Amino acid sequence: MLALYLRDVRVGVRAGGGALVGVVFFLAVVAVIPFGVGPDLNLLARIGPAVLWIGALLASLLGLERLFQLDREDGSLDLMVMAGERHLTALSVLVKCLAHWTASVLPLVAVTPLLGLFMNVAPAGLAAATATLLVGTPAIVFVGAVGAAVAVALPRGGLLVSVLILPLVIPILIFGVAAVRGAVADPDPFLPPFLILLALTLFFAVIGPLAAAVALRWSGD
Amino acid sequence: MTSHAAYVAAAYGLSALVIVALVGWILADQRARRRELAELEARGVRRRSDRRTAPAAGGGAGAGR
Amino acid sequence: MSDAAAATGRLTGLANPTRFLALVDRVVPWLGGAALLTVAVGLFLGFAAPEDYQQGITVRIMYIHVPFAWLGMLCYTVMAVSALGTLVWRHPLADVALKAAAPIGAAFTLLALVTGSIWGKPMWGTWWVWDARLTSVFVLFLMYLGIIALTRAMDDPTRAGRAAAVVALVGFVNIPIIKFSVDWWNTLHQPASVIRFDGPTIHPSLLVPLLVSAAGFTLMFFTLHLMAMRTEIWRRRVIAMRRLAARAAEGGGR
Repeated sequence: MLALYLRDVRVGVRAGGGALVGVVFFLAVVAVIPFGVGPDLNLLARIGPAVLWIGALLASLLGLERLFQLDREDGSLDLMVMAGERHLTALSVLVKCLAHWTASVLPLVAVTPLLGLFMNVAPAGLAAATATLLVGTPAIVFVGAVGAAVAVALPRGGLLVSVLILPLVIPILIFGVAAVRGAVADPDPFLPPFLILLALTLFFAVIGPLAAAVALRWSGD
Repeated sequence: MTSHAAYVAAAYGLSALVIVALVGWILADQRARRRELAELEARGVRRRSDRRTAPAAGGGAGAGR
Repeated sequence: MSDAAAATGRLTGLANPTRFLALVDRVVPWLGGAALLTVAVGLFLGFAAPEDYQQGITVRIMYIHVPFAWLGMLCYTVMAVSALGTLVWRHPLADVALKAAAPIGAAFTLLALVTGSIWGKPMWGTWWVWDARLTSVFVLFLMYLGIIALTRAMDDPTRAGRAAAVVALVGFVNIPIIKFSVDWWNTLHQPASVIRFDGPTIHPSLLVPLLVSAAGFTLMFFTLHLMAMRTEIWRRRVIAMRRLAARAAEGGGR
């Protein structure tokens, strides 16, 4: 499992600068917003956390369809599915998700404070946005794994994955942004939405890989 | 209040429109499939298990394996 | 659990598509007639009922809006049960049911949104509010569209059925979470001015027509669903027969 993790991280970092493209996409999304709503710093500070979250969400959806595609091409996916019972497959999927998260999504989280500065987000908001993204983005990857597993056989599955996944990640977005708002605006609480976000991540860490494993097992035969 | 009747009419009209479109789509689809089936049968294509005689049509096409 | 087992026993009897088709042929005309009749009665009663003293004539929209919203949810439940049928019992008709239900459910959900919006315009003065309930239904609509896109994207119907089943089930598990989160989000963002549907309880003179028309639209849904399933079975037969014909032609040419 550790070997799988290391291998996937290495492939993810190397493959066509996947992480870099994601970060650039994130940067581009955030940079486009001021052109759309105007350079009013107060307004930007207000919507900043939401923009950061939406940008990170879209950027992490970007590479999802590659989660299983490379493995399918070189046949190691079949090996993974055949190796033992279903829960083992789910475990491999979980490890693959974590590797994907480390390689492609963690860089997004790392540049979040920097992009937050562009959006004139307060320091507390910066910390909160980074923390919520750190906690919340794995859930996006776990849900996304279901979409990626379902669409693995499709030639142009990337768009379909996003369409399928976006409605399902709305709760994550809601609680993530709510937590950041709670950190910045005074009357709103920070901890409850943050803890719910954490719970969502743990919940999807179970549901996502299980469903993805079922989908993978059945897309093979 | 009479202007509100227009809203009611619009709601009912749109609903009728969508439902009629849905029913029409299903019927058109059904007719097209039926015509294709008839055409194929006219050309003498048989399913592996003939439809009327084989109760064990599990290997047949209907279930789609 | 024994109840479920009995249900499966009955359902396996229907696993044979031919027997299912015969049943559908017999049932559909009656079911469709009953649906039309019940809807007509329900709507007639609705228009005969007194107008609401607060909402005036627009309360008539309720007799279609509420059934549509209810059917949007019922249809998703049907899809989730079909998904279970595909994944757990491998019932051959389950993925047919899932695929056939998706467009119908999407249509009803869309209608619920549209009629709700038309109802909202004279009542609230705006076509759309990001009310918790509206938003949840909107998300449901998006999920329908995603599943439709998925079932249409794959050529192999069995594989598409399984994929759609996984997605439908994950979506079904998610619905309570989405509902909860949207409620949370709504209370966070909308102070005092939240519009409440559930004001005073519905008067019986309005409730009876509502129930009748809801029953009628439910019958209509099942009629359409059975018809769509029949069409889907035929479609698969056509595909299989074409493949057979092509193979026969190939073999004969050689």
